[in-house]
Amino acid sequence: MIKLSPKLSQKLSYLILFLATILAVIPVALIVFIIVKNGVSALTWEFLTSMPKDGMRGGGILPAILGTLSIVMSAIFLTLPIGVCAAIYLNEYAKDNLLTRIIKLAIVNLAGVPSVVYGLLGLGIFVMFLKLGVSIIAGALTLSIMELPVVITTARGALNSVPYSFREASLSLGVSRWQTIRYIVLPNALPGILTGAILSIARISGETAPILFTAAAFYIPYLPHSIFDQVMTLPYHLYIISTQIPNMPKNVIFATALVLLMIVLTMSVLAIIARIYFRKYRKW
Amino acid sequence: MSKIEIKNFNLYYTNFHALKNININIAEKKVTAIIGPSGCGKSTLLRSINRINDTIEGVHTSGEINISGENIYDEEIDVGILRRNVGMVFQRPNPFPLSIYENVAFGLKVNRIYSDRNIINETVEKSLKAVLLWDYAKDKLHKSALGLTLEQQQRLCIARVIAVAPNIILLDEPCSSLDPVATQKIEGLMIQLNNKYTIVIVTHNMQQAARISHNTAFMLLGKLIEFDKTEKIFTNPLIKETEDYVSGRFG
Ligand SMILES: Nc1ncnc2c1ncn2[C@@H]1O[C@H](COP(=O)(O)OP(=O)(O)O)[C@@H](O)[C@H]1O
Ligand SMILES: [Mg+2]
Repeated sequence: MIKLSPKLSQKLSYLILFLATILAVIPVALIVFIIVKNGVSALTWEFLTSMPKDGMRGGGILPAILGTLSIVMSAIFLTLPIGVCAAIYLNEYAKDNLLTRIIKLAIVNLAGVPSVVYGLLGLGIFVMFLKLGVSIIAGALTLSIMELPVVITTARGALNSVPYSFREASLSLGVSRWQTIRYIVLPNALPGILTGAILSIARISGETAPILFTAAAFYIPYLPHSIFDQVMTLPYHLYIISTQIPNMPKNVIFATALVLLMIVLTMSVLAIIARIYFRKYRKW
Repeated sequence: MSKIEIKNFNLYYTNFHALKNININIAEKKVTAIIGPSGCGKSTLLRSINRINDTIEGVHTSGEINISGENIYDEEIDVGILRRNVGMVFQRPNPFPLSIYENVAFGLKVNRIYSDRNIINETVEKSLKAVLLWDYAKDKLHKSALGLTLEQQQRLCIARVIAVAPNIILLDEPCSSLDPVATQKIEGLMIQLNNKYTIVIVTHNMQQAARISHNTAFMLLGKLIEFDKTEKIFTNPLIKETEDYVSGRFG
């Protein structure tokens, strides 16, 4: 075996670590580049705001954009309050006993369940058993169940970051546990909770499997009337036009991907801005 | 006259016996100091007097602590009312990340003690005056409390306690994060407050105990070793461990 001088091995390891980082970034940069390059020519205002026509080969993708946004927003609206309440319970009230530990373990592991399993669960429970049919509400409920463990985990992190000394100071003034949570813990945890929620929106916007059986329609060239309607969604629409439609113009496929990418990136950027903003105004 | 009577009091952290059969009578409107080496249970004893230890999982107690003749470990006791009567100041200043005004008004507003704005304003002013922070803070009431110096923050924490009108104030090493000058000022404040409040202070600083307290309790390994007039504890203690400790010969 060759023995390298300490200085050389130092340089070499730096180089390897740096290359690994570059290697991780290249595919992402490449994907973005290819999508933008091929899609930008079809990305017009009309594309964003009109109905599809000619068997989806022409027109726009408005129903898919609105479908995705309505499902995702309904899902976060359902999951956020429940997740925050559960996080408050687990963090501020639950005794550290076997049951609590099992619940915490379950939440951590639920975050690792493949999303297609949630799709099947949603199909079984919401679409069939509760007879909601394939609809916005069934898709939103499915996504909200899928995202719940993540929301709980990020909310717990936010609650944990509020110093214990604030709680003690409040309790020692004779303020009740709930009032302490209400007036001290929650306001200070809110930035973290909101940032986590925005990231959740970004993450579930691109999910395909959970809404495939529960909400997504193949082709509906008009807008939904209620939450009980089926809708087109961006990820599923992208899958269909990429694989199921012969002679599909390539730039339309890439433009659709670009729109989906932009929605997700916008949310991520919003979360980053929110975090910077809140950090600037957080004084502890 | 004694304000706080601690009788056969024991406290356990789950299985760890942290306070062993404590008996002590704390006099009204006097400063009582609790001294002893680190880990002997000073904070635990202090935190038993307003039941803030209740918030730690696994804590259980036996025996009694009577305040004005009422056992605070009685089931019927409302801990909210108890804690308003027995205020607490912590080792590190811990103002809320709110304005100076909101810090002092917090207990009043959240406990709904007063709802009249004028009365709240008056109480805030009175409380800040009592800790000698008013002159400095009167033009900055709506600035963040975290912009104050550590000493001012600790004064603010005392004002926050005073605002909810306690009779007893517990202080757990309130000067340990302050410099000597600030320490001296806070000590002066305690002497001033003493004509209105019964004060119990934990300190690892024996000079401080000697300077400001009337009575001193010496603790060791969860036990109360000796309790007497401060003068007596520091000049002529009955028990050898006390003498070793106050003379710095403690090994
Ligand atoms: N939350 C806790 N859980 C378990 N043991 C504790 C806890 N707090 C304090 N103790 C133990 O109780 C003993 C007394 O602690 P404390 O009252 O903080 O001592 P002091 O204030 O005199 O330094 C120490 O041995 C400490 O390790
Ligand atoms: Mg201590």
